[in-house]
Amino acid sequence: MNHTLTLLTGAVSAAAVPASADVDTSTLTSLIFGRLSWNSFPFHDPIILGTFVAVAVGGIALLALITKYKLWGTLWRDWFTSIDHKKIGIMYMILGLVMLLRGFADAIMMRLHQAMAFGDNLGYLPPHHYDQIFTAHGVIMIFFVAMPLVTGLMNYLVPLQIGARDVAFPFLNNFSFWMTTAGAVLVMMSLFVGEFAMTGWLAYPPLSGAAYSPGVGVDYYIWALQIAGVGTLLSGVNLIVTIVKMRAPGMGLMQMPVFTWTALCTNVLIVVSFPVLTAVLALLTLDRYVGTNFFTSDLGGNPMMYVNLIWIWGHPEVYILILPCFGIFSEVVSALCGKRLFGYSSMVYATVCITILSYLVWLHHFFTMGSGASVNSFFGITTMIISIPTGAKIFNWLFTMYRGRIRFEVPMLWTLGFMITFVVGGMTGVLLAVPPADFVLHNSLFLVAHFHNVIIGGVVFGLFAGMTFWFPKAFGFKLDDFWGKMSFWFWFAGYWFAFTPLYVLGLMGVTRRVSHFDDPSYQIWFQIAAFGAVLIAIGIASFLICLYVSFRRREKLRDTTGDPWDARSLEWSTSSPPPDYNFAFTPIVRDNDAWWDMKRHGFVRPTSGFTRIHMPKNTAAGIILAGLSTVCGFALTWHMWPLAVLSLLAIIGYAIGHSFNYQRDYYIPVEEVRTTEDARSALIAGNGPQGVVHV
Amino acid sequence: MSSAAVMTGDTAPPVFLDLKGEHHPKNGTLLGFWLYLMSDCLIFAVLFACYGVYGRSYAAGPSGADLFDLSLIAVATGALLLSSITYGFAMIAMQMRKKAQVQAWLAVTGLLGIAFLGIEIYEFHHLIHLGAGPQRSAFLSSFFALVGTHGLHVLFGVIWLVVLMIQVQKIGLTGANQRRLMCLSMFWHFLDVVWIGVFTFVYLMGVLP
Repeated sequence: MNHTLTLLTGAVSAAAVPASADVDTSTLTSLIFGRLSWNSFPFHDPIILGTFVAVAVGGIALLALITKYKLWGTLWRDWFTSIDHKKIGIMYMILGLVMLLRGFADAIMMRLHQAMAFGDNLGYLPPHHYDQIFTAHGVIMIFFVAMPLVTGLMNYLVPLQIGARDVAFPFLNNFSFWMTTAGAVLVMMSLFVGEFAMTGWLAYPPLSGAAYSPGVGVDYYIWALQIAGVGTLLSGVNLIVTIVKMRAPGMGLMQMPVFTWTALCTNVLIVVSFPVLTAVLALLTLDRYVGTNFFTSDLGGNPMMYVNLIWIWGHPEVYILILPCFGIFSEVVSALCGKRLFGYSSMVYATVCITILSYLVWLHHFFTMGSGASVNSFFGITTMIISIPTGAKIFNWLFTMYRGRIRFEVPMLWTLGFMITFVVGGMTGVLLAVPPADFVLHNSLFLVAHFHNVIIGGVVFGLFAGMTFWFPKAFGFKLDDFWGKMSFWFWFAGYWFAFTPLYVLGLMGVTRRVSHFDDPSYQIWFQIAAFGAVLIAIGIASFLICLYVSFRRREKLRDTTGDPWDARSLEWSTSSPPPDYNFAFTPIVRDNDAWWDMKRHGFVRPTSGFTRIHMPKNTAAGIILAGLSTVCGFALTWHMWPLAVLSLLAIIGYAIGHSFNYQRDYYIPVEEVRTTEDARSALIAGNGPQGVVHV
Repeated sequence: MSSAAVMTGDTAPPVFLDLKGEHHPKNGTLLGFWLYLMSDCLIFAVLFACYGVYGRSYAAGPSGADLFDLSLIAVATGALLLSSITYGFAMIAMQMRKKAQVQAWLAVTGLLGIAFLGIEIYEFHHLIHLGAGPQRSAFLSSFFALVGTHGLHVLFGVIWLVVLMIQVQKIGLTGANQRRLMCLSMFWHFLDVVWIGVFTFVYLMGVLP
């Protein structure tokens, strides 16, 4: 604030020289527009301008197509305002995949740049641009790719797996999705309006403080994460309550599918860790906006406090991402090996152990801070202990495969690729957990290789396994096998080509976040890494082609049974895609693998006796509140104070107004239930209505 | 247990579905709100931790012993603790379905909350006027952040309370409104508990030399 005020008064006094009328205009302009001016738009940067033109043309084309095919009404009524957990889940997945393209574009730009920037060649990215790219890459990949994809899968699957008709708070679910999207929108805006943070994905002070990052980049970062964080936290609360309160009769905690268990643990972690992120970012905000001294280097502040606090969130965060993926692999392995999961209880206990331990290791991210030998030893040992429950999981999957009837379908390939890759990543993790080794490898490319090893090998492979596995459930047709395999093999090979060289470079002493090198002996490794990135690009392209090809061939790939993999949990007992109400009758669970139990013990799907079904109504409140939050975040970023206050008041006013709406549910009439169920009977009988695709 | 029944080959056909529609999922609002409160509690935990770390980082500026006026804070504390009791009376009245009494006790609660906020605003204004604003030292930064966040919560609680009073007046003590009153009750008592921490750790321990 002080800083800004100085700038502001400086600008005003400079303008005061010519005429007093000018003073009024410039004060008014800066009051309304804050720091925003024509200079904030990167007209001078050909790379960004080119991107902008491409995005604008693509965006206009998309809008034109939506208008041409008159899809606005459908989009608004059936998707944007929908409180159906399945549709919200799919929207999360779309958000995650779109942001994956952005995050990957950043990645391949870095790989290309580092492969070139040696000696006299400065590469094609100026340092301030390169710094924004690696920051944006990390932020986007964690917050707006991995998180939405994980949350999307949990949203889609948890109610179906526990035999519920929706989540506990359907409106909050819609609101959470749009808040996450609002955060993504702010990050995307920073590409074309102003700049993004140049601080690395966790924005350590003092670099991220007002003195060293006076621009809007860190502010975009803060508000994007705060707004998305609200969504994440609420969705965490929502899913915990859903799992605790809405399980079908007979489903005790130890009868829940493993994916639901991992979802429960992940959402507990979300609720206990995201508030820490919210608080620490709020303190950074105070430092930047009010001039407090939490993380400054003078007046008693301490930047290491920020590092300490943000990792209390940051370490559980990586388990928030990986645990549901462990759940996915468990479901895939048992379904595609035709066996009950080996060691169900040990899998559950391992998950809970990891949940608790993930809270006791955060200091291993800054062994070099100088906490002393005993503190470092404690956190080094807790870190190594995590590998024990994780190892137990690996053995459980292996023993599930042992003597199983393994079907090498695409989700199984992703699972096998995961098991190989993740074990290596886990071992380099244990290596980094040794404090003396960490003193050498801290902040090096070895670390970068390690966390990509576990995040790509674990989270990304898991998400692709999950998407391929449950795609037929969500859309009614399977994904094309050939392009799915292409995607897997290119991702798998690409990962190893892209990141093995980084291990080598890290051991050679190369630090991360460097945009130019002098020593030519590094170059070959960076070139191999760039080649790996190209392979991954082909893998991503193959997945997109796979979606397109499968859509074109959807009649051939149609799943009429609802259970294309002969799988085991309750979601497979519904039609593909499931009806709005999920289950015409609430299932009664007698065993783990409830659907398998039903199939083996003479379950006959009832075709009559339906009743009306109580469901929540759609609402536009989520998208409106999130839209206002985006405006508020943008205004705060640019110091547009009047707009910020107005939008904040609008948010509060609208939320209060929304609380006066007590009519939030309705009944699906019995005729509609009967029609839907009859259509399914016809589909199963083999004469289903052709060409009807619920996408 | 049920799998044992399966293996012994029970003769009665197993029941897989709730055909009569007897199962109704439980309402999770109170659990959900409680979980939210626990997440909020963690925000306060971070602020307390910061105060614990920075509480003596005066940067050659004023300390708590120099600044805090315990008698004023005692009045504020009394107002807030009393407001928890009056909210309790509102809840008892709600159980007895006495709408007018509910409204009266809510109004008293709200007024006590406003009194608390008034004292806090006066205190903040006074400190800033003395040159002991949040920018002065890390101690004061963490003081204003912790106490101010609590104050913002009370402000939010008061706004919520007013909205709820209007809703009770318009719609009555329906199931939905009772649930909302119970959520606000948890919120209000939670803020009281946090304030006891603030009063003890910030003010009482802060004035120690």
